[in-house]
Amino acid sequence: MKVIVQEGPFDPYQVTRDYEAQSLPVGKHGAVVTFVGTMRDFNDGHNVSAMFLEHYPGMTERHIEDVCQEAADKWDVIDALVLHRHGDISVSEPIVLVAVWSAHRAHAFDACRYIINYLKERAPFWKRESTAQGQRWVEHNTEDPGVNSQGTKQKSA
Amino acid sequence: MNITVRYFANMRDRMGRAEDSVSLEGETVTVEELWRRVSPQQALPANVLIAVNMEYTDASRALKNGDEVAFFPPVTGG
Repeated sequence: MKVIVQEGPFDPYQVTRDYEAQSLPVGKHGAVVTFVGTMRDFNDGHNVSAMFLEHYPGMTERHIEDVCQEAADKWDVIDALVLHRHGDISVSEPIVLVAVWSAHRAHAFDACRYIINYLKERAPFWKRESTAQGQRWVEHNTEDPGVNSQGTKQKSA
Repeated sequence: MNITVRYFANMRDRMGRAEDSVSLEGETVTVEELWRRVSPQQALPANVLIAVNMEYTDASRALKNGDEVAFFPPVTGG
């Protein structure tokens, strides 16, 4: 498993392909699930033109590694890769990549969702948005309702 | 004992600095007592998160010489 916290843009699909070619055993995984979080141009009712992402070097990596290990303890994970940016981020750029390789899709889906959700809850990052009204710290993340029998809320007709 | 205190995001803005180095006397000093030393005028904000040596903890945690204590708001990564 690998955790990278870096400044500057990245191509999540290239990073996933490169990591798979370098690190995954050939022929053992039947599923790779990737989550890519990108920057919206709106949040909490305001247009957002740019974002700065602060982190706590050392603590951030440690807590993402812990979350990946917890996922590997719960599901059959062959490997996992997390790349998260810090610093200045522009609209539509990727912020975070979570990629999980497993023999079967259910384990890959569940482990990927676990990693991104607990990363958002525990990894010490803070977003500061630039809006027409000035800069503001984001006070909370949107919630993931999780998977249940109803699934996530349907979009309104 | 000597403690390094770090502030992140809006806690750094609120404190007006990123870091303090604090020398404390006494056998047992908790995070709560450390906070009163670095911020005598303001109570510890209710939603603030606390880490000691990069692990989450709470204000009752007893400190040791050389500890690094961090105060920061709820996290918003991902």
